[in-house]
Amino acid sequence: MVELSTPVKWSLRVLALGYVFMLVAWPTALVVQETFKDGVGNLIDTVQDPYVANALRLTAVIAFWAVLINVVFGVTISILLVRFEFPGKRLLSALIDVPLSVSPVVVGLALLLVYNGRTGWFGPTLESAGYQVIFNGPGMIMATCFVALPLVIREVVPVLSEIGDDQEQAAKSLGATARQTFWRITLPSIKWALVYGMVLSLARSLGEFGAVKIVSGNFTGVTQTATLVVEQKYQNFEQSAAYATSFILATASVLCIVVVSLLRPKEQSQ
Amino acid sequence: MTPGNVGVLTPPLDPIEPDPRPARKRRSGAPGTWNHSTLNRGSALGLGIALTWFSLLVLIPLTALVITAAGGGWEAYIATLTNEQTLAAIRLTVGQAILVTCINVVMGTIIAWVLVRDSFWGKRGLDVVIDIPFALPTIVAGLVLLSLYGPNSPISVNWANTERAVMLALAFVTLPFVVRTVQPVLEEIEHDVEEAAASLGATRATILRRVIFPSLAPAIAAGAALSFARAISEYGSLVLLSGNLPFNTEVVSVRVLTFIEGGNTAAAASLASVMLAIALLVIVLLDIVQRRVARRG
Repeated sequence: MVELSTPVKWSLRVLALGYVFMLVAWPTALVVQETFKDGVGNLIDTVQDPYVANALRLTAVIAFWAVLINVVFGVTISILLVRFEFPGKRLLSALIDVPLSVSPVVVGLALLLVYNGRTGWFGPTLESAGYQVIFNGPGMIMATCFVALPLVIREVVPVLSEIGDDQEQAAKSLGATARQTFWRITLPSIKWALVYGMVLSLARSLGEFGAVKIVSGNFTGVTQTATLVVEQKYQNFEQSAAYATSFILATASVLCIVVVSLLRPKEQSQ
Repeated sequence: MTPGNVGVLTPPLDPIEPDPRPARKRRSGAPGTWNHSTLNRGSALGLGIALTWFSLLVLIPLTALVITAAGGGWEAYIATLTNEQTLAAIRLTVGQAILVTCINVVMGTIIAWVLVRDSFWGKRGLDVVIDIPFALPTIVAGLVLLSLYGPNSPISVNWANTERAVMLALAFVTLPFVVRTVQPVLEEIEHDVEEAAASLGATRATILRRVIFPSLAPAIAAGAALSFARAISEYGSLVLLSGNLPFNTEVVSVRVLTFIEGGNTAAAASLASVMLAIALLVIVLLDIVQRRVARRG
């Protein structure tokens, strides 16, 4: 194993730590400091602001549905991609990754073009049937689903292909139905990967901004999510409220990371 | 989902009951049915539902985007893209994205190296902090950077509303990509190979150049591609930080949003289609790199 000389080792270490400290650690710490500059009062006041409270609730609801949908979709697609052969499989597998590198703004626009109530492809039909998608909950859930789509799949697929299908075959040969095999064999073995994917999706869903901004219409108190409130509060010079809301969002997402980093060693030791 | 019942099969499966459809077991895929398909009825239904949702959510909207972009004809498309303000936005975005990708290639590789090969107090902390940009909502990322590099900066650097701010925001959100693609590869490099090279008289520099770097190169390329794609498409973190000044700090995604808000969806779609093309290109590149790596392993 290559051992670097001490000065090189130290300069690399300092460079890495310094860069991460200046770019991420210090600025993040400052937001925490700003939030609690005048004690916890600011945080409590902000949470009691009806618009902020409403936005936080909306964010939670949207994130819940988006994660749920992505888990069901993600597990289904993962099993299909790993355990079955079908024409177009490689294309599908590549297309699944598209949402990962598409701009949120492009996502929002694309959904708008299909589902908006006046000129969209499906929008007017859906609207006359009583379903408003754009500027409403379903559109926001779709936008959030879109941006977080590959996260579960990317976690589950490698685990599924690594464990192989011996146990599933054994269960099947012992007479287990497809459903029994899934709940008793497949699901327990992909459990941690699935949890990891869920946590990543949750963090992504809580923080979605660009796509949701476009499809929600950003109506204060109605379709405004927490991230949109941060923007509005900051631009209205209510900085303390912006910092407090950011703090809540940041805490939620950092919690997600900590949960994941605690889960990781468990996953390896199994 | 009930966590914690790994291997607890209660009630026990009945071993006597025979498989109701033994002939339809997977891989039985009788030649000549559907080419290479091993789907049975249940999984075919699952695939159908999943594909319908995927189409409604991703494929149809993206197709609509391309069709809307093409709807105005070639001339309108070119006119939108060569509009001076749009060109300035494209130049800024691509320029900063390339710059940030280069920074990431260097810094990301160094950070990954330090995380894998070095050991010091607080390394676990560094490992966790690397993931913060990935998890932090983008709008919060912008606010976070403003607190250190904005008007109230404790180190009196006010980069808000400048090109520097764009670079900072992009560097922040793309930090984990190279680190997280290089790190696992570096962890798996066999130490034997390095030792063999050393015992054959290779110097440290030679080992780095001839043994370690070639095995990291695909991972670095993949990380660079991901961070370039992310940098091109970034929106949220720039909203508060860059000020979105036309010709100066306005990036492509902000320009698209301006078009949308102005009701000019055709122009928005034209510009968005370029961003989409870049995103697809990156996906294809990644697929090629990953397949090459997989073949080698």
